[in-house]
Amino acid sequence: MSILRLLTGLLLLLSLSLPAGVYAQSSDSEASALLQALADSSYAQKQQVISDIVSSGDERARTWLEAYADGKLAQTKDTGAFVFVLSNRGRDWTVADALSGDTIGEMSRRNIDRIRINNALRKELEGMLSVIDLTVDDADTRLAAARALKGEVDAALAERIGTLLDTEADDDVHDALTEALAIYQVAQGEVAAVAVLSGSLNPQARVALNNAAQSDNPELAAAAAKALESIQTKLKINSAAETLYFGLSLGSVLVLAAIGLAITFGVMGVINMAHGELIMLGAYTTWGMQQLFPGQPGLALILSIPAGFLVAALAGIAIERTVIQHLKGRPLETLLATFGVSLILQQLVRTVISPLNRSVVTPEWMSGSLMINEALSLTLNRLYVIGFALVVFAGLMLIMRKTRLGLEVRAVTQNRAMARSMGIKATRVDILTFGLGSGVAGLAGVALSQITNVGPNLGQSYIIDSFMVVVFGGVGNLWGTLVAGLSLGTINQILEPWAGAVLAKIVVLVFIILFIQKRPRGLFPQKGRAAEG
Amino acid sequence: MTIKKHVKTGLSALALSISLNALAAEDPIKVGILHSLSGTMAISESTLKDTLLMLIEKQNAEGGVLGRQLEPVVVDPASNWPLFAEKARELLAKEEVDVIFGNWTSVSRKSVLPVVEELNGLLFYPVQYEGEESSENVFYTGAAPNQQAIPAVDYLMNEIGVERWVLAGTDYVYPRTTNKILETYLKSHGVAEEDIMINYTPFGHSNWQSIVADIKAFGSEGKKTAVVSTINGDANVPFYRELGNQGIDASDIPVVAFSVGEQELSGIDTAPLVGHLAAWNYFMSVEGDANYEFIDAWVDYTGNEEAVTNDPMEAHFIGFNMWVDAVEKAGTADVDAVKDAIIGVTVPNLTGGYATMMPNHHITKPVLIGEIQDNGQFEVVWETPSTVAGDAWSDFLPGSMDLISDWRKPLACGNYNVVTHSCGGAEEPAE
Repeated sequence: MSILRLLTGLLLLLSLSLPAGVYAQSSDSEASALLQALADSSYAQKQQVISDIVSSGDERARTWLEAYADGKLAQTKDTGAFVFVLSNRGRDWTVADALSGDTIGEMSRRNIDRIRINNALRKELEGMLSVIDLTVDDADTRLAAARALKGEVDAALAERIGTLLDTEADDDVHDALTEALAIYQVAQGEVAAVAVLSGSLNPQARVALNNAAQSDNPELAAAAAKALESIQTKLKINSAAETLYFGLSLGSVLVLAAIGLAITFGVMGVINMAHGELIMLGAYTTWGMQQLFPGQPGLALILSIPAGFLVAALAGIAIERTVIQHLKGRPLETLLATFGVSLILQQLVRTVISPLNRSVVTPEWMSGSLMINEALSLTLNRLYVIGFALVVFAGLMLIMRKTRLGLEVRAVTQNRAMARSMGIKATRVDILTFGLGSGVAGLAGVALSQITNVGPNLGQSYIIDSFMVVVFGGVGNLWGTLVAGLSLGTINQILEPWAGAVLAKIVVLVFIILFIQKRPRGLFPQKGRAAEG
Repeated sequence: MTIKKHVKTGLSALALSISLNALAAEDPIKVGILHSLSGTMAISESTLKDTLLMLIEKQNAEGGVLGRQLEPVVVDPASNWPLFAEKARELLAKEEVDVIFGNWTSVSRKSVLPVVEELNGLLFYPVQYEGEESSENVFYTGAAPNQQAIPAVDYLMNEIGVERWVLAGTDYVYPRTTNKILETYLKSHGVAEEDIMINYTPFGHSNWQSIVADIKAFGSEGKKTAVVSTINGDANVPFYRELGNQGIDASDIPVVAFSVGEQELSGIDTAPLVGHLAAWNYFMSVEGDANYEFIDAWVDYTGNEEAVTNDPMEAHFIGFNMWVDAVEKAGTADVDAVKDAIIGVTVPNLTGGYATMMPNHHITKPVLIGEIQDNGQFEVVWETPSTVAGDAWSDFLPGSMDLISDWRKPLACGNYNVVTHSCGGAEEPAE
């Protein structure tokens, strides 16, 4: 099966390397017949048809197969013409003629019969396309193709790779090809190839070595076992680094969610149960911005940062003016009233927008992952969130330490009467502080929209965690919130692999309860006069 | 032919005049709708409420049932399990509805069950569930494990050649029972203990990093690996997003999900998920006039060009039509008469076949396996050759494999033990 695939791939290669003009462009009727065969055959027969298409030498073959692999190749039911599906949203789809490439326009989806493909075929096709990609000019494409071939090499391809290696100029591609070849050679029992795989972090290489270590050939088994040992140590380091990264990223989410609360609850002493809903408003703002700028998710996301801040800040100020200011110094009533506000906000979103989650698109530059090596890659969206959390934290620190507002906030919270007699407008400071805290919650929402669901319940899942982080870190201390968030995140991620997600959460909670028993004022208790207030 | 037609017209005219007379005399038939319109489950359940309102509207436009109009009574149990029981009591005792369509989660069904049995109501439950239950008053129009989970595992084992299994689920009764059944099933097919990894996460779990990394490591040992996911609700979105970001491709480690449908996918960008699988008894993409008609009606009803249909909606469609047929067959909306009349009732489903109500109060369904497409739809890649009858009591759990359910007289028992030849009563022996 796989040799067949290879041969066809090679044939295609051959056809592509012929000078332009020599292509035997088959007539449209022949092409239609080929595609018809593809449409009519069973999954088992499709493989043969694909190789027929490739060996037809038609220059459009590659576009067809690519479209087929993407599930975009279809046949219309009324005329039987073959089309590419360009857009498949809604009930009418945009299509283009598969033979000429001309756009036809919209067509009812019920008239379109997509040519079926499954995972196995898709993998076959991708393998074939990778083989073709090995000879393109772009080095990145070649590298991706070479990586995709690891563990997929067979006899015919091994020979082909051997010749390609001689001409390959790019070092990375050369290494990847060498490794792909070595995986094949180890599987064939070549002891010399084991050395190439020693220290490799590729899972396919590990599988090959594992098999080799159990082989009957003592020399091969010994070499493989030794190579595996070197891999194990490397893997351990990488997995520790990965856990740390997971912890930091969870921690940064906690910090983002809690840092606004650290201002409203920590500094002002207001228990705001609607904090989670302010986060939710920030997330919905992101969704709203993406609706305003369709097709530009990146721009919308960047604009959402100020917009989310403003929306949440205004909502926070409204809550402060209408509810909280009338309940000053009555924490229990504040708690109940703001809890009511949170329910109102949730249901408001459900009624006005929709009870269903909204789809927030992740911009291209935020999806995927940054590959450090083959065992460790950092997911980009989380990486951005970590960076964003640190920037927000630094910004807040700057405001609280270096600006007049920060000074006034600290003065009012330490001694309200004294501050007022010094000429500070306490009410104004209250409004601005609460607005600031709420706005930061909005920023958290913008970030969260990239890693979790944007729905009416978004806030609920973060409110408890936020209070936990603030209390653990020490009420009124921003540094405490940062340290507490990051360390709780890391502890959780270290526990999770062996305790499971549910138990890890419980263990963290129990740990915090015990800790608060010992140190009621948290990690970084406030000292001096502020602590008395 | 023509004579027959004339007779028919005459008869229906006659029936119409009778029913018009009756209409003045008779009250409407009340249909209770017990779906959460607020709280966590509103995301899934509110569309089911709308589905029923649409079906009722259509039925009324066609003259109602037995010449009587249908009157929907909508209550909101607010995703609060005990409140489900209170609202069910309100529907049956105060509103005196003739039938209830409702519930989504198993825990809410368990909460409603004693009320429906005590007040002798009728409940149509439209969601796939863990089985191990058969109540005289409940009709299960969603899939039992043998109509979803087992065929999906068969498909992975036989067609894809999967040897290593990750059973990942949300931590509550449906995933736990389903996974217990699957574990026994896999082991009975020669899968070793160390080739099965089981993982549970809380509702709404959003931080999937380490679990996905674990799955990746578990799957990189050289044997073909698949994830069988009973992860429920919106926790799926971050799960799939993490899968995509960590570069797990469907061709390497396919995920087959039992709770992810068109509705759930409408909240995410599905391009990185292409090729992952779901097992259901209905997909919106199924071709056929019945389905097209249903989709058009739904799009018109919601006024949303992008509105999607899903499996539980089809279950309500089937359940509602079965109930209407049974009421017409019995000639009354009386609960006891309908309960007897509905067994054996056959109505068309939306995938071009027929659904029959079995004596165990479960229905026959085709099982479809679909691959996720980049437009949030599924493409059917495999289906059972014929419909499968729902099995209330799993054959793969000790204590439950000897039980059968048959509500026809004279047996009329939901958990009859074929070994001891006794009826265990209403409570469940297998826990």
